[in-house]
Amino acid sequence: MRLRNPLAAAALAAACSLSVGACAAEDDAPTRVTINVYAAASLSEVFAALAEQYETAHPGVSIRLTFAGSSDLAAQINEGAPADIFASANEAQMGVVAEHVAGMAELFASNTLTIAVPRGNPGGVTDFASLANPGLKVVVCAPEVPCGAATALVEEKLGVILSPVSELTNVTDVLGAVSSGEADAGLVYVTDVARAKEVEGIPFAGSASVATRYPIAVLTGAHAPTAARSFVDFVLGQQGQAALLAAGFATSDGGASDVTALNGTAPDVTAPDASAVG
Amino acid sequence: MTLEAVVGMSSRGVNAVLHVPEGTTLALLGPNGAGKTTVIEALAGLTAPDSGHATLGDAVLFSDREGRMRVTESRSRGIALVTQDSALFPHVSVLDNVAFPARAQGASRASSRAGAHKWLSRVGAGHLAARRPRTLSGGEARRVAVARALASDPRLVLLDEPFASLDIEAAIAMRSLLRDVLKGRTAVLSTHDGLDAIDIAHTIAVLDHGTVVEEGATSATFERPRTAFTAALAGLIWLRGTWVEGALALPDGQLVPADGEEFTLGATVAATINPRAVKIVPSTTPGCVCDVVLALEPRGDGTLRVRGSLLWAEVSIAEASRFLPRVGETVHFDVGTRPHAFSLAS
Amino acid sequence: MTRLPRWLLVLAVIAAAFAVLPLVGLASRANWAQLPGQLATPSARTALGLSLRTAAASTALCITLGVPLGFALAALKGVARAVLRAILLAPLVLPPVVSGLGLLYAFGRRGLLGATLDAAGIPVAFTTAAVVLAQAFVAMPFVVVSVEAALAARDGRLEAIAATLGAGRSRILRVITLPGIGVAVAMGAVLAFARSLGEFGATLTFAGSLEGVTRTAALQIYLARESDPQAAVALGLVLVALAILIVAAAARPGRRAIP
Repeated sequence: MRLRNPLAAAALAAACSLSVGACAAEDDAPTRVTINVYAAASLSEVFAALAEQYETAHPGVSIRLTFAGSSDLAAQINEGAPADIFASANEAQMGVVAEHVAGMAELFASNTLTIAVPRGNPGGVTDFASLANPGLKVVVCAPEVPCGAATALVEEKLGVILSPVSELTNVTDVLGAVSSGEADAGLVYVTDVARAKEVEGIPFAGSASVATRYPIAVLTGAHAPTAARSFVDFVLGQQGQAALLAAGFATSDGGASDVTALNGTAPDVTAPDASAVG
Repeated sequence: MTLEAVVGMSSRGVNAVLHVPEGTTLALLGPNGAGKTTVIEALAGLTAPDSGHATLGDAVLFSDREGRMRVTESRSRGIALVTQDSALFPHVSVLDNVAFPARAQGASRASSRAGAHKWLSRVGAGHLAARRPRTLSGGEARRVAVARALASDPRLVLLDEPFASLDIEAAIAMRSLLRDVLKGRTAVLSTHDGLDAIDIAHTIAVLDHGTVVEEGATSATFERPRTAFTAALAGLIWLRGTWVEGALALPDGQLVPADGEEFTLGATVAATINPRAVKIVPSTTPGCVCDVVLALEPRGDGTLRVRGSLLWAEVSIAEASRFLPRVGETVHFDVGTRPHAFSLAS
Repeated sequence: MTRLPRWLLVLAVIAAAFAVLPLVGLASRANWAQLPGQLATPSARTALGLSLRTAAASTALCITLGVPLGFALAALKGVARAVLRAILLAPLVLPPVVSGLGLLYAFGRRGLLGATLDAAGIPVAFTTAAVVLAQAFVAMPFVVVSVEAALAARDGRLEAIAATLGAGRSRILRVITLPGIGVAVAMGAVLAFARSLGEFGATLTFAGSLEGVTRTAALQIYLARESDPQAAVALGLVLVALAILIVAAAARPGRRAIP
């Protein structure tokens, strides 16, 4: 197709420059390194704080954070999103992007489930078994997503079968249903209760036996692999782990996550060491 | 039910006084834009006048009380309206259009339809009962609209330009239909063509710029129009002059032989002449009027109107082929039978 | 029709590609051989069935309430009408999650009306009724705007004639006005159905997601995407096909002119 009209050519050029500009920015700034970190939504607060600390300590490096559900992020990475680092809320989603992982994914935190109830606990929830009360509106994550898989495992381990009124796709939605008072209780991560104002956490016996482990990895498509590696080390290091602990996560021993083995299978949510830390 | 109405609508420059005795038909005559539709719609209740009052028998249609119009809603007026566009309801059959008024008054579907069949037959549209309005010709739709109006058993029938946009045959048929069905009814019909009114209307009212300029019994008014305007509406040639013995003297001095009362010599008189009776004749013809051709107007029906400054004649193309008068040339008209002159109040 | 300038055609082709490419992308990821199997799974069928049922109920609600609202709106004049129209049509352009929150705060357990309903033993949240409410909330403007526009195009003449024939308002509405705007109502209803079928955000926020109760096809796709993207694509293609069919039906100009 030949463009005879200069107006059309200009319109095309304008349209094309958008995508080119996005990529070119990083190459054009040699003194400044930008690291694109794709991190699970549950890491929002703690990673934002960590990025700030890191940037202060490393002038010339800027961290660009993208938060979303791990599966969304994994899908975007597989579709070629310009991510340098992926911090997933479970190992299964790291498995989904296995072919883009440079080296090994490493575990940097773990999270356990807790019962969230609206402030004041109107449903009178006492422990996990009380969630089975008929008349109590309980929301959980759907079994297809990590928090739902963990929920199912807890149900199995404790021998309590729940009849939820809603099975949501992410833990934020569960938290939303609880904090709005629509639901009497929901199963969320300990860290979620810590960051939500309108809910109270009710710990239950046996929660620690089922933990979700968070792996982090530098990706093969990284524009600045060295700087990216440095940030991952920072997260795994003393400062990073302290911040995670403060946010309610259980810290990990930093062991390698065998992402290839997890690819396409159910996540292994048993982390023996998590209970020791939590 | 006698209709007495003063319809005022200042925004449209209308202030018309109407009087329709019970059982008679009034033709509201006037050119397009004279306010005929405004008057008709105000009577029907489609628009609210801003001044005036109207009664139909004992019932008040609207009345102006100290600047506040009291308007009876059209539903309770008992006045049926046949509009120029027929306004049939497009989503029901012809039969149900005509059955509509009875249904509205609570009659059963069966009896309403039986009545509708009767009315359709009456207007010669019985065979159209099952059709949808959009499949009808203009003339057919108008007939159905008349049937529907009559089916509402109205105390007053209003017809707004019932002959508009009908072809000649349909107009003739409609005229004879209206003559038939309006017999004994109180009705007002508007038309811009005076001849339409002759067959049907007992009285006429000529509307010009929103005001009734002339009214009276149809034949009398047409025979003795008091204004050139009315004569023109009636399709007649209007001659105005002074009376001399047995003739009307035109301003230029030519004489048109005419019958008349014993007017005083020099009285201002007028006469109307049917242009169809006017012939173009040789200059030697006694009593002919010498005129100058102003325009040649093809009528589209094989005739040509030769318009002079005083008179005009309608000649066939065949006649015109023998001699073709040209604009600006002199022409001689013969007015045919002697016209009837009448005095004009000066 | 006159020939169009070439540059306009070029932009039109780009625009068409922009509109079509995502659909092609969706189709390219489908496993066509397994498609029937993926659609035959109980959760896919349940979700699709729920979607169709709730969208039908929502459309009925939209017509029942939206048509009178369209009439009322058309009866207003001037600024009041413009302001009210803007407010009533807002759900059309609101972020769905905002609609969901609004519904929650109105009909939820602690909502303005929901608290009363809940106390009266009519819980709304997490029920199929909540799905219908969410869909109707976002879809009703289609019916309202369509009715209003159709009424604005009418001069009221036939209605006035009907009144002279002795008809009351209800009869005029039934026999004259409603049939007169029938095509517009149908068009609004079809679009409302399509919008209901595609509703996601407000449903998720307000109604939740439970198989057979509140998990419509759109929610099922969102969930399946996590575990079985191919199944999500399969169900997505069904919705695409339905959407195209519905829009094609709605875009067909009325077979007869609206008088």
